[in-house]
Amino acid sequence: MARVRVQAEPFDAGQEIAALTAGRRDVGAVATFVGLVRDLNEGSAVSRMTLEHYPGMTEKALEDICAEAARRWDLIELRVVHRVGPLEPGEAIVLVAVSSAHRGEAFAACEFLMDYLKTRAPFWKKEQTPSGERWVEARDSDEEAAARWSAEPARGG
Amino acid sequence: MVTLLYFASLRERLGCASEQMPLPPGTPTVGDLVERLRSRDGGWSQAFAPGRTWRVAVNRDMANLATPVKPGDEIAFFPPVTGG
Repeated sequence: MARVRVQAEPFDAGQEIAALTAGRRDVGAVATFVGLVRDLNEGSAVSRMTLEHYPGMTEKALEDICAEAARRWDLIELRVVHRVGPLEPGEAIVLVAVSSAHRGEAFAACEFLMDYLKTRAPFWKKEQTPSGERWVEARDSDEEAAARWSAEPARGG
Repeated sequence: MVTLLYFASLRERLGCASEQMPLPPGTPTVGDLVERLRSRDGGWSQAFAPGRTWRVAVNRDMANLATPVKPGDEIAFFPPVTGG
């Protein structure tokens, strides 16, 4: 399976993890993050979310982020799966999985991938609320989360 | 000519997903294109007014006002991203 996928279909986190470890004896750690649609945001009930993206740039941006993670840490494999189109509360939006020899690298790279994805990959969320549709606004806290990685020296590798 | 793309809330606000635009002479930058968009009527001048927050990519890489543009380039304007 490709290490970056953008798809409308649901994904199976267990299958993705299995693909990272199948037939290998050198993987000591797999860290994963799964992001889900919540039914509440900014004080409003959310009945549906629609994810728009920039086909072509999205895949490239995610590949670039994976390449940067692989440069910073000693990783064995990476996987990023991001869904697009309409999603209901409770559905998974994104999966990031990283395998490495030790947990420290896997945890750090997993968090880095999500922080960079949230500020650099061209996805936009639109929410359906009782008062109509609204585009989700970018958060300063996401920019701050991404910025701390430029201050931290790279480890490993 | 270059291709301009607009995404998400910006596309809805402008009522435009894509267009072709001839390049100004010389060594044009993203900033020169934005000046043109800003000089249009209606939502355009507001959407690209100084101080408004938007992002730009040239040929699918993040760019800025100083980024040069050349014939055939794909230039995309969009709001700050909200994936994940």
